[in-house]
Amino acid sequence: MSLNVEHLPTRTLPAEKPLRLLDNAGHAVTGASTGGFSLPDVDTLLDLYRKMVVARRFDVQVTALTKQGRLATYPSAYGQEACEIGAVASLDPVDWLFPTYRDSIALLTRGIAPGEILQSFRGDWHNGYDQHAYRTAAQATPLATQALHAVGLAHAARLRRDPIVSLTYLGDGATSEGDAHEAFNFAAVWQTPTVFIVQNNQFAISTPLARQTHATTLADKAVGYGMPGFHVDGNDVAAMYAVTRAAVDRARAGGGPTLIEGVTYRIESHTNSDDPTRYRSSRDVEHWKRRDPIERLEKYLVSEGVLTETVRAEITDAAEELAAATREVMTVEAELDPLELFDHVYSRPRAALAEQRAYLAAELAGARDQAEGGR
Amino acid sequence: MNATTTEAPRTEASPTQLTMAGALNAALRDAMAADDRVVVYGEDVGPLGGVFRVTDGLQAEFGDERIWDSPLAESGIIGTAVGMAMYGMRPVVEMQFDAFSYPAFEQMVSHVAKMRNRTKGRVTLPMVVRIPCAGAIGGVEHHSDSSETYWASTPGLTVVMPSNPADAYSMLREAIASDDPVVFMEPKSRYWAKAPLALPVTTTPMDRAVVVREGTDVTLLAYGPTVRTALEAAEAAVDEGLSIEVVDLRSLSPFDDETVGASVRKTSRAAVIHEAAQFGGYGAEVAARVTERNFHHLAAPVLRIAGFDIPYPSPKLEEHHLPTADRVLAALDTWEWDA
Ligand SMILES: Cc1ncc(C[n+]2csc(CCOP(=O)(O)OP(=O)(O)O)c2C)c(N)n1
Repeated sequence: MSLNVEHLPTRTLPAEKPLRLLDNAGHAVTGASTGGFSLPDVDTLLDLYRKMVVARRFDVQVTALTKQGRLATYPSAYGQEACEIGAVASLDPVDWLFPTYRDSIALLTRGIAPGEILQSFRGDWHNGYDQHAYRTAAQATPLATQALHAVGLAHAARLRRDPIVSLTYLGDGATSEGDAHEAFNFAAVWQTPTVFIVQNNQFAISTPLARQTHATTLADKAVGYGMPGFHVDGNDVAAMYAVTRAAVDRARAGGGPTLIEGVTYRIESHTNSDDPTRYRSSRDVEHWKRRDPIERLEKYLVSEGVLTETVRAEITDAAEELAAATREVMTVEAELDPLELFDHVYSRPRAALAEQRAYLAAELAGARDQAEGGR
Repeated sequence: MNATTTEAPRTEASPTQLTMAGALNAALRDAMAADDRVVVYGEDVGPLGGVFRVTDGLQAEFGDERIWDSPLAESGIIGTAVGMAMYGMRPVVEMQFDAFSYPAFEQMVSHVAKMRNRTKGRVTLPMVVRIPCAGAIGGVEHHSDSSETYWASTPGLTVVMPSNPADAYSMLREAIASDDPVVFMEPKSRYWAKAPLALPVTTTPMDRAVVVREGTDVTLLAYGPTVRTALEAAEAAVDEGLSIEVVDLRSLSPFDDETVGASVRKTSRAAVIHEAAQFGGYGAEVAARVTERNFHHLAAPVLRIAGFDIPYPSPKLEEHHLPTADRVLAALDTWEWDA
């Protein structure tokens, strides 16, 4: 297509050792493992820290509410905060996010209210926020399908000459789906401004990475499609942010798509109905807990003198406030109108749906009369 | 045919003979000219003009930012169209053949059909999925399927199938203008059917059925390729003193109960004809709803004349599978006529 300014396939294999800018002790990394990226400034890092702390508090709160039965299900991102937030924080408000069920904390970072995010998980409606207002697509459940939507939207924007970027998250398991391959390929052939973030949290429900792929890294997959791939320490928010930011900038400038693998770990179960003790050892979980993404940045920010007790208290307050707001909104049962079931199927009225709507209306009225008569 | 030398007929005062493929081509051209949000892509739709030449000459006219060859991946075609439609485009995508739309089944059913509903109407997908469908063209395996039942039983999709050039033009323009996703099925065996046509033409709205032949004794309900079969049967039945009314359903979802019901109540007998397998097929839905709504007007059970319940056969055997006018008449003979 004539939109292809330049076709610049890359044949550079991603580094086998994940790229990182802060080590687990919170020290700035120098040398080859930075991949030439530099550490974001402390203000940016402090902001990322704040977002991660708030997100984790939200995640912990929602998991607790799920255990109390207030939500039908909740896929936690505990432990993946750096991967989620480092990536999404590098988007501008005009950019579009295509999230999965796992990525509620990224939605939170996008400014979507807890009540709107949780509508689907508590079972009110499949999606509870305005896609266009937040430039955030509905959370996708069928794996990898949303990656194609991200590519299509980015391509449309490019045809319109709008400088916007689309970013989508995929799990390690989702990379095995046909739609992931089709999305990578379409994005590369069309050179769409799309960033694919593969959150390699080691498991797809219970299936470990080794049973999912024989590739050395998931980032290697980029090479076959002719786009750059980066293998990044997904628990290092500085690295996730720097690499994603560069990919977003490159995409916006017409440089095409990028695939970024963040190596991370899901500390919680897959969802509340999963039993992770059946497929992973507590030793493994403990190992990853010692590589916590928030603690790592915390050490760095303290050593830099920017994370003072005052700042920390202020962040904790903000996190608690959000948790309280989340609890509150989840104690109020939403008023649902069953007749709305028929309102959003087609943009034009349909006789058959009108009949079915009338049927349900009569049934509801009958039930109401009976309840009143019974009193 | 060479894309640069082929000009599809444009708006003309007097009718010219036009094939259904030509009418579809003109509809795409006129829609693209009228609205720059309309983009067309799919496998081989660019310089080649599609394997059935429905997009012939369009890339030369509109350029490769309006119509282009996509990578060979049906889920990718539909999935990217979802994103494009979300951004305000009106993608018209082509599935090369009916059976090759199956890799896109998930995108169609899980996203295209549901997007409006799951987002409470905040995201609508104004996209058209064109699917050359059905058989009788001597196609090898996977080139002659009838997939309409899968789409028609999926809430959120609108499914239409024209049977003649005028409807093909009018219904495709309407489908492209629709704010909802439309599965636009094109019966391959009718691509070369000709009719005198002055474009642009607006026929009956695409959600309505049409009585294409009046009769008093029997209503034959047909769509796409079987409209011709029904008309042949009606013609042959004249000799037997039978007056057959033929209804072209045109829209499979929604179903036009009104037009169909009026015809059935007039004739008191109905049969539905389609190429797809009978078991659990579209005809089952038609027979059931016609019966439910008109039982007391019916003098006999609603019949189905359909393909056998077998995978679509190879070219040399397909004639044995497809419903014919003779089979239609034979089926009508099974009714108790004196009752
Ligand atoms: C097409 C499809 N197949 C199966 C499932 C059921 N399922 C839900 S999540 C999941 C595992 C996904 O793992 P991964 O992609 O690694 O993402 P994670 O949940 O670890 O974030 C499966 C199999 C699904 N949602 N979609």
